[in-house]
Amino acid sequence: MSDRRLAIGPHVLDVGELAALVAGDEPGAHGAVVTFVGTVRNLNQGRRVIRLEYEAYEPLALRAFAIIRDEVAAHWPSARVAFHHRTGPIALGEASVAIAAASPRRADAFAACRYVIERLKQIAPVWKHEYFEDGDVWIEGAVADPSDEKAKEEAFRRSCA
Amino acid sequence: MRVTVLLFGRLHDLAGLRELECEVPREAAVSAVWQAVTGRFPAVAPYARSVSAAVNAEFVKMTTAVDEGDEVAFLPPVAGG
Repeated sequence: MSDRRLAIGPHVLDVGELAALVAGDEPGAHGAVVTFVGTVRNLNQGRRVIRLEYEAYEPLALRAFAIIRDEVAAHWPSARVAFHHRTGPIALGEASVAIAAASPRRADAFAACRYVIERLKQIAPVWKHEYFEDGDVWIEGAVADPSDEKAKEEAFRRSCA
Repeated sequence: MRVTVLLFGRLHDLAGLRELECEVPREAAVSAVWQAVTGRFPAVAPYARSVSAAVNAEFVKMTTAVDEGDEVAFLPPVAGG
């Protein structure tokens, strides 16, 4: 089930590579490619972040990514997505996540791209450790449960807003 | 029987380690493994309501049964992106 379109690891992200991976073999098959790059913010909840590290359970993250890819395929059959998440220490302003979504129509490409980031934040087993000048904190967001239908609906609703 | 437990995020900070072996009864559920972990590291007990779990890198419920040698991971609330 190896798919170059889904990856997690310490490598620097290249959204252009992801855009190429979803473009397809046939030139012009997709009229729209939407990309999203999430970068490390220097302020969080009013505190100045000096460094940051992402930890992941990589084999499970790849499972979660495949679940998200399959959900995208079910909602937007014409869309293709690729997304990579970076782990380890990441400098301020650098990319922690990159997503590309392609579709013949822009509405589906935008929606699919948004769905990936919303869903990734809900279920990907990734943890963010932020360090400030006077301490550190593990950021904790959603309880990871891919079978939670309400969370899935919320991600879909946001994607189509 | 013996299972390998992986702790992620703040859980490994609280427990002071990322990986441990746990002895649980045959046909124990994931919840019994969690009980064994909180028995050894009470500091992680407040995560009882927000922790989720995986066995051999597949998402599972706390009621899922585990087997000898399984890798059981406990996941605090996630924060990717």
